[in-house]
Amino acid sequence: MSGLEIIFLIVAGVTLLASLFVVTTPNLVHAALWLILALFGVAAAFVLLNAAFLAVVQVLVYIGAIAVLMIFAIMLTRRVMKDSGPQTNANWVWAALLGLLLFAGLTFVLINSGAEQASLPALALDADPIAQLGQELVSPNAYVIPFELASVLLLAAMIGAIVVAWKK
Amino acid sequence: MVSLSWYLIFAAALFSIGLYGVLARKNAIAILMGIELMLNAVNINLVAFWRYGDLANIAGQAFAVIVFAVAAAEVAVGLALVISLYRRRNTVAADEINLMKW
Amino acid sequence: MSDPINLISQWFANLLLSWGLAEGLVKVISSAIGAAIVATLGLVTVIALIWVERKIAGRLQDRLGPNRAGPFGLLQPFADIIKIFTKEITTPNGADKVAFNIAPVLAMASVLLIWAVIPFAATVVGTNINVGVLYIVAVGSFGIVAVLMAGWSSNNKFALLGAFRAVAQMVSYEIPMVIALLVPVLLARSMGMNDIVAAQTPWFIVIAPLAALIFLITSMAEVGRAPFDLIEAESEIVAGFHTEYSGMGFGMFYVSEFLHVWTVGALMATFFFGGWSGPGAENLPILGIVYFYIKTFIGYFLVTWIRLSLPRIRIDQLLAFNWKFLTPLALVILIATAIVDKALEIAGVERWGYALIMLAVNLFIGWVTILILKAVEPRRKRQRVEFAPRPVAVAPKTPDS
Repeated sequence: MSGLEIIFLIVAGVTLLASLFVVTTPNLVHAALWLILALFGVAAAFVLLNAAFLAVVQVLVYIGAIAVLMIFAIMLTRRVMKDSGPQTNANWVWAALLGLLLFAGLTFVLINSGAEQASLPALALDADPIAQLGQELVSPNAYVIPFELASVLLLAAMIGAIVVAWKK
Repeated sequence: MVSLSWYLIFAAALFSIGLYGVLARKNAIAILMGIELMLNAVNINLVAFWRYGDLANIAGQAFAVIVFAVAAAEVAVGLALVISLYRRRNTVAADEINLMKW
Repeated sequence: MSDPINLISQWFANLLLSWGLAEGLVKVISSAIGAAIVATLGLVTVIALIWVERKIAGRLQDRLGPNRAGPFGLLQPFADIIKIFTKEITTPNGADKVAFNIAPVLAMASVLLIWAVIPFAATVVGTNINVGVLYIVAVGSFGIVAVLMAGWSSNNKFALLGAFRAVAQMVSYEIPMVIALLVPVLLARSMGMNDIVAAQTPWFIVIAPLAALIFLITSMAEVGRAPFDLIEAESEIVAGFHTEYSGMGFGMFYVSEFLHVWTVGALMATFFFGGWSGPGAENLPILGIVYFYIKTFIGYFLVTWIRLSLPRIRIDQLLAFNWKFLTPLALVILIATAIVDKALEIAGVERWGYALIMLAVNLFIGWVTILILKAVEPRRKRQRVEFAPRPVAVAPKTPDS
């Protein structure tokens, strides 16, 4: 086993374990803290995939903003959910079965898909994926419309969130 | 060598766990956490396909960036809804929010 | 001989290779040792800084400062360290033990991680990643998580209130900080720290003084020092999020705060004061380290001076200042810089003319801002909180009276 494989297995294992705790821990603040670990594991996976920019943005957006926002929301809505008592609804057995079935099915498809043979192209040393990403995100021939749509969506969501949460 | 299928299976597992969280959790915020896990699984797939495919085609990374934006918007609106709901109904349990049910 | 640090590291790598270790393993070992050295350097600097800060505070307040332990009180920090190490580390009853004990470590790590990308000299840099600026902002978010964990797990309402304040402050001040940091990124055409240092002829403080000012203000708020020290306002919420910590638990928060101030100085130096650059630093990297440390100390002194001079502001003033003043101003500066930069590039204006025009644009924006503030400010009445009149002592109403 090469060093990279061991690192990948550790990252994947930690991420999956943390995300299992996210969906099973009765204490919601603990779930949010495990979520932070899981998101950090995904950032590490991005680093392993040579996408440094996305890894940093993952930490910045998910851990710095989304996870913190979730902890805030958990604390603001705390009174009714004393951390005792079941946190799952009546259908959790079916949900678990469905999850397992989906995972088994996806794995089956993936193993037979030939993705194993996909070759890993060498990264050119002088290529700068960030510059390329930046140019394509605002280039009319590439992704400027999705990019602008995402910006408009963010603005709308920001205004919407303020309006919805406004205390009258 | 870490092959593409390792990343895909990793993402599939993450997606399934997130799906379980969405379906089984009672608390609306916990459901949002499950959705975040699923979106992250999608992002891993997108980036892995970029890395193992044509490096000059940056589509994988570009769409991952857009998924970030969508996730941020979704969480902002979702949490605002949850807080507003808590003010009005004094609950955040998804199965008790059933005014529209008949 | 001009570059002793890389010489030593090469000699060490060759030594390990001659012992028959694999090349990858040698790289890992050298990186680990380098990281340990950088982290230790930061922590040792803090020991000196505690003395420096107390001396500065003393002099500014017309006192002597520490002067008993050793010459000029130089041994005072060591006495403090021995005291803090021998104190018992307590975990309060009802606290969330794991989160409570991880939080100080995370707070420290979030600051130390920044040093991984700061260039000390032309050839002495931990790792020159091409997303350096974003990395700095991203690891800062671990600090937010640490504060939230500490406040929540303490099982203390003052700690929780302090954590809420801290997070509101840090998350909102991050926005103008990132926008201000985009200005040097835009001017250098790169997010790598070494590229930004190399692009600074003349220094960016000349080209973008307003961005430097906004960065200084917002990073002081990120650190949580006066006048932004609401997160540990003694008169309101005991000690904020670290109320329940004792011994080294508190010590780590304390040290991470000091180190963060020093890091702010280092970032100011790197982004706006030319980093390691100076006469002769290109050929003699060791000189670059000296320049870097001097510039960092100037930034540090500035932050300390402001801290000791200004009173604490209110929470509503803090947030209004951020959202109504700093964020719009930062956005205006970013847009103006981008437009003027492009126009000058098309016009083909070279280095010094470019710097002069940029300076003029910044001064103009600053002047307009002051005009707007002058026009808006007098019309606003001072906000006062009116309480219903409440007599100090009233005889309780009894049924028969």
